[in-house]
Amino acid sequence: MTSYLIRRLLQAIIVVLGVTVVAFILQNLIATGPSLAKAIIGPRATAAQIRAFVATYGLNRPLPVQYWSFLWQVLHGNLGYSFKQNQSVDSILGQQLPKDILLVGSSLVLSLLIAIPLGIAQAVRRNRLADHVGTGVSLLLYSMPTYWLSLLLIAAFAVSLHMLPAEAPQGVTVTQILAQPQGLVLPVLSLTLVSYALFSRYMRSAAIENLAQDYIRTAHAKGLPRRLVHRRHLLRNSLIPVITMVGLSLPGILTAGLVTEYVFNFPGIGLTFFNAATTDDYPVELGITVLVGLATVAGNLLADVAYAVLDPRVRYD
Amino acid sequence: MTDFRQVTPEAPALAPLRPDAPDAALPAPEQRQWLLVLRTFAENRLAVLGLVIVVMITLFCFVGPLLYHTDQVHANPVALNEPPSARHPLGTDNVGFDILGRLMAGGQSSIEIGLAVAVIATAVGVGWGAVSGYLGGAVDAVMMRIVDIVLAIPSIFIFIYLATVFRPTVPLLIVVVAALSWVGPARLVRGETLSLRVREYVQAVRMMGGRSVRIVLRHIVPNTIGTVVVNATFQVADAVLILATLSFLGFGLPPPAASWGGMLSNGTNYLYDGYWWEVYPAGVLIALTVVAFNFMGDALRDAMEVRLRRR
Repeated sequence: MTSYLIRRLLQAIIVVLGVTVVAFILQNLIATGPSLAKAIIGPRATAAQIRAFVATYGLNRPLPVQYWSFLWQVLHGNLGYSFKQNQSVDSILGQQLPKDILLVGSSLVLSLLIAIPLGIAQAVRRNRLADHVGTGVSLLLYSMPTYWLSLLLIAAFAVSLHMLPAEAPQGVTVTQILAQPQGLVLPVLSLTLVSYALFSRYMRSAAIENLAQDYIRTAHAKGLPRRLVHRRHLLRNSLIPVITMVGLSLPGILTAGLVTEYVFNFPGIGLTFFNAATTDDYPVELGITVLVGLATVAGNLLADVAYAVLDPRVRYD
Repeated sequence: MTDFRQVTPEAPALAPLRPDAPDAALPAPEQRQWLLVLRTFAENRLAVLGLVIVVMITLFCFVGPLLYHTDQVHANPVALNEPPSARHPLGTDNVGFDILGRLMAGGQSSIEIGLAVAVIATAVGVGWGAVSGYLGGAVDAVMMRIVDIVLAIPSIFIFIYLATVFRPTVPLLIVVVAALSWVGPARLVRGETLSLRVREYVQAVRMMGGRSVRIVLRHIVPNTIGTVVVNATFQVADAVLILATLSFLGFGLPPPAASWGGMLSNGTNYLYDGYWWEVYPAGVLIALTVVAFNFMGDALRDAMEVRLRRR
């Protein structure tokens, strides 16, 4: 077990390093050296200004050297300084991250609270009307582009019914966001529905697989009421794969999160990334890519470790 | 996007064990197997429905323009945002393109890109996964870390990076979406290869002097076909969705090229004006295509999965 954990951790470190390399290559694919300087300062930049910019950011050094100094700074927790906002990338991310944890976290928890009981209920009523309806709804949600779903929610609840604001709460801190809870309803709802669509079919098939196991039959055979069999044996065992599911779904949820933030103008990491990309703010782009990659890898690592701890049947050598 | 529909690679479909002598009247086991798959597929009403939808949408997009001629290149400023009429059965959009005709043109690019992505991503993924799983050891470790790196950065972030440099074209979109989609099949096929390479028949081939290339191509890859076909079906659906999202973020095919995603995101600007004909037809076609490919994928998985077979 210990050796498995160490090996898994080493793999994660290698992958994170790989993410920084990929992000660095992508950024240099867009612009390097003087062309980068010109893109930032503007079309009327003088040669002297460009030289000064190149010298300030060390853009004239060989790429491996630039990568090494970038990596060295990242290892020291310094993601650089935004070209456009007069702020370090660290402080921008420090501002946005808590708001994203609020948005993505609450949607994740809500979608699990819906997907787990519904998946089990569907598995128990397999191939009956209720099951088909459940599958149909989740497939419909899955098949709609995220932004369309969000816009339809806005059209229904904000434009037609005047029940909720169409825009997410604005503000720098989480407290400011939480002060306008009505504005949070639609973004959280739309991200919840998208995550639910990702989870529900998996939950259902995991529960169906568990229903066929011997311990369920044993529980039935010893005369345990159906309700208790489902709660004690089926629910508990179906919870284990949920961990892996959440870990693996992180990239998908972050993607949906970016689109949701864009549609509702939610001031989070996704929207910041989009704005940085459209304004050539490369340090911010690079920093967010590294952060998102780190989050995904850490999520998967935690999921694997939790799985190994929770499921005694899993053996590693 | 991570695909939960296939998190646990299913056991490869095996021909039923027949201890008795093969019956001369029956087709070869391999053929029987495919007949069985086909029959299970045909018995699934949703699968047939999915197939019918896909065929109809394909006919609509590729045969439709031969019967229903529209100009999808030149804007028509005298017919902007017109509601459906006899002249324009589904109305016109904000630059005067006929929506019905544009749905056909847009569907062509969406379907072409979706299919091409599925084929390329699957081919690359199968090769990568089979080699990685078969060789094992250090090669496997390196190849799988590369897969992990691609998986770690959510693809939308990479798209946004690339879109700021390149002007989207059909071949470029195919290459980029495929370059981020091959990791799914690679992982699935590697998982299967790990269990296949220790099978008796693979050992037998090796004992008889069969080389690795032959083992992988003739004995391992064909046995992963079930997983691969199912995954490819889902890949088409996912690619159609990704393309729609890219269009919305402004990284789709630039006009006058048509795409469903472009039409939908363009139409959403008029969501509050009540121009429903600019929003719903494109959205419904996207959703319908995705649902249809998912129906087929689900049914194919059931048809090829030994455990769920009824007979």
